[in-house]
Amino acid sequence: MLKQTPLNAAHRAAGAKMVDFGGWDMPVHYGSQIEEHHAVRRDAGMFDVSHMLPVDLHGTDTRAFLRYALANDVEKLTVPGKALYSCMLRQDGGVLDDLIVYFLREDWFRIVVNAATADKDVAWLRALAAKLPAAPTITPRRDLAMIAVQGPHARERVWQVLPGSRAVSETLKPFTGVEFGECFVARTGYTGEDGFEVILPATRAAEFWNALAGAGVRPCGLGARDTLRLEAGMNLYGQDMTEDENPLQSGLGWTVDLKSPRDFVGKSSLAAPAKRQLVGLVLVDKGGVLRRHQKVHTAAGDGEITSGTFSPTLSQSIGLARVPVGVNPGDRVEIEIRDKRLAARVVKPPFARNGKSLVN
Amino acid sequence: MNVPAELKYTDSHEWIRTEPDGTLTIGITDHAQEALGDLVFIELPAVGRKVAAREACAVVESVKAASDVYAPVAGEVVAANSEVVETPEKVNSDAYANWFYRLKPGNPADLAKLLDAAAYTKLIAEA
Repeated sequence: MLKQTPLNAAHRAAGAKMVDFGGWDMPVHYGSQIEEHHAVRRDAGMFDVSHMLPVDLHGTDTRAFLRYALANDVEKLTVPGKALYSCMLRQDGGVLDDLIVYFLREDWFRIVVNAATADKDVAWLRALAAKLPAAPTITPRRDLAMIAVQGPHARERVWQVLPGSRAVSETLKPFTGVEFGECFVARTGYTGEDGFEVILPATRAAEFWNALAGAGVRPCGLGARDTLRLEAGMNLYGQDMTEDENPLQSGLGWTVDLKSPRDFVGKSSLAAPAKRQLVGLVLVDKGGVLRRHQKVHTAAGDGEITSGTFSPTLSQSIGLARVPVGVNPGDRVEIEIRDKRLAARVVKPPFARNGKSLVN
Repeated sequence: MNVPAELKYTDSHEWIRTEPDGTLTIGITDHAQEALGDLVFIELPAVGRKVAAREACAVVESVKAASDVYAPVAGEVVAANSEVVETPEKVNSDAYANWFYRLKPGNPADLAKLLDAAAYTKLIAEA
């Protein structure tokens, strides 16, 4: 039996094509994935991301605990509402998950973790906490829903359907959030566009979703979510980062704080020089589409595509690939697609931002 | 789902129309385009290529997946529709108007093995 979000009936009523996504019954598109993609780049689209799990950590020792549990340093969070992107690592440096952590109060932080890893993450955090003399309480929040409203006109549509929210959220800087009644409104997302992610009681999710639809926000499925995040150069957990690779080999060195003297889980494993790296690819030759698991031939050795798709913004195929260190932006590489070897160019992601190509 | 009564079908989701000159026009069904989603790449067999029945001879890729297109019967490719190569999305709008290639069948009796519209409708209903 697949798990359902509070918006399952709304998706079906809107004609969504539903798929099994890591055990969740989720919309992949509502007709055309490409049109949904363009709606987000040009206007406003919304995504049900209620399969992801908010986890609240309460207690005076929460900050110290998260400084130990996460590879990025929550000491950077000094203003309530500020968010930080981080990996959570195993002792050997493998990435258990990537997440966003919000600083709400000194005794209350909230992390939002991936759906497929949620149970594993909660168990891991509780096991870590159990070893400490003073640790936060860890509360999964399945009573909450989460809707991402993304695009150049996304914020004004949210203000339109949540009267009063403009006053508290208009001045929010990117990667910050604010409580608004029962809702939490954050200027974050996974598309490379402006917008909000709204966390709200599950019981209110359908009403909010339908109001947004009424205001002209287009429902978008996981298909568009994937092409948007890939154009924005954002990793997908389970593909571009896994337990088998450390963050330095997954294009996530910028999220690992090695400057502060603090210890954190996995730190000792990150001293060894990286052997592999994650790079962006743009397919130059015609003849197919970059896909996960295709082989990449480079002058420095072979690699593999970890995510690939057709980019609606660039009208070209793009991807991320794990390749040996020594491959640089501008290099030509060859991709095995069916019986051919097609040329691709190495680029530094992102591929597109705010609706414009960054790689041509 | 749109399954025109006058066409023949395969269980791998190609449609086949027999032309007055005996050649076969081949495309992918409405059900196939719907399952694949937005099409972005199509590769067709070269004219003159000889294909066996069920041989993979064309490729169709959507944003999310790649799929082979199979020859319904043995024969020789006599035409390929460059229009769908240039604008694959046309297949999403009308899968039956936008054909892929034409085949001169090696043995016209092979056509008897293809599915009629009723059998194909049943097949996709059960899938």
